[in-house]
Amino acid sequence: MTNIVKYILRFILFFLVQEFILDKVPPIHQYVVPYLYFLFILWLPFSINRFGLMIVAFITGLSIDYFSGTPGLHAAPCVLIAYLRPFILNLLIPQETTEQSYVEPSIQSMGLGAYTFYIVFFTFLHHTYLIFIEWLQFGNLNYFFGKVGATVAVSILLIFTTELLFFRKAKYRTNAA
Amino acid sequence: MKNIFIFIRIYFNFISFVALQICCVVILNKYSKTHEVYFAGISNEVIGKVNKKYDNIYSYLNLQQVNNQLAQENARLRDSLKSSSVLVSTNADSTVTIKADSANMPVRKYAYLYARVVGNIVSSQVNMLTLERGRLQGVYKGMGVIGPQGIVGEVVEVSDNYCRVMSLLHRKSSVSAMLKRDKNSGTIEWDGVNPSYVILKNIPKSAKIYKGDTVVTSNYSIIYPPNVMIGTVEAIRKDNSSNFFTLKLKTSTNFFNLEYVYAIQNLRYNEQHSLEDLKLKLND
Repeated sequence: MTNIVKYILRFILFFLVQEFILDKVPPIHQYVVPYLYFLFILWLPFSINRFGLMIVAFITGLSIDYFSGTPGLHAAPCVLIAYLRPFILNLLIPQETTEQSYVEPSIQSMGLGAYTFYIVFFTFLHHTYLIFIEWLQFGNLNYFFGKVGATVAVSILLIFTTELLFFRKAKYRTNAA
Repeated sequence: MKNIFIFIRIYFNFISFVALQICCVVILNKYSKTHEVYFAGISNEVIGKVNKKYDNIYSYLNLQQVNNQLAQENARLRDSLKSSSVLVSTNADSTVTIKADSANMPVRKYAYLYARVVGNIVSSQVNMLTLERGRLQGVYKGMGVIGPQGIVGEVVEVSDNYCRVMSLLHRKSSVSAMLKRDKNSGTIEWDGVNPSYVILKNIPKSAKIYKGDTVVTSNYSIIYPPNVMIGTVEAIRKDNSSNFFTLKLKTSTNFFNLEYVYAIQNLRYNEQHSLEDLKLKLND
């Protein structure tokens, strides 16, 4: 129960930060757009059911979309990363510990290398798909490559800053809960 | 039949993934093509309310700038009042008065509704504003929106108490504009690069343009009154392959700190719109 409350609070926090801080910052350049909200999906617990994960991702994306006036634009990449997340996690987590003792992906539970790969891969995937959809509507090839490069760099910077600022205590999964 | 169920069970995740993706694309397409209200009844009210909460806090931070904007606008309006100018006639026979008959009476064409901006994004490629005025207060889709310093955008979605405005800084916005000096008209678009600059296209090369020229809304626009400030010419780009200039304009409106705007009701909107629609149909 407390876990659900925790994730709801986290969702609200990510949402507010994305919508009312990151989206309000005057852009440095057309290409540099800070995205952080999808980290919510990457931080969801290992144990979540795949279908549930996709629905949560869809809702996350759609709520961001309605505030920025582009329904569907963020929802599509969110669903994509939610769909692929279990595959990549299976690859990255050593098979002996499939019965994971940790609750959610973090540096401690996965190791720095694997976690970095996990973050960079999904950031790249999310942004590429997002900007690809945007690019279909307007823009040229420079716009596509420039924006993917710049946004991925900014996002990874933001994610690791978040990781340093908000240290998540990695909890063992116990039967007591 | 049994096989179908087994198939669905095995590929349930993939099928739901594809279904959600299709859902996203449909929403996106439907929305971006028509700017139709999509789930708008609920979502718009919710968005408006949340945005208003945020704006209540934020508005304190730039009260001073807003005050300045409004004071400047007041001064400009006072300037254009009839009572602040006098008629100096050089004609000896100044006693001739024109009979006021009904044909010469001015007819009101535009009505202004003031509205508070509760949501405003400038950092994306498709920037929108949320205003605290809706259907119940007389806002309808297709109204023009101007700020104290110049034009802002066009209403694209309306709910009961809030409306969404496609800002001038939207990749799909297109506004008919003209040079104030010689009335050459063109189209304003945004290239997505910098929120302080927009692009004016289709000005013929025969026009004489200087840096700093004023650009205003044209007489042909159906949603804006003519001669509302848009911006000033910042740079002139000559495209050798066409007969038109592409001008870079500095917008007169500062989109970063909009607080109060006016939604403009064109009282003859329906008449002009249906007439122009008719013409289009004839061409088809």
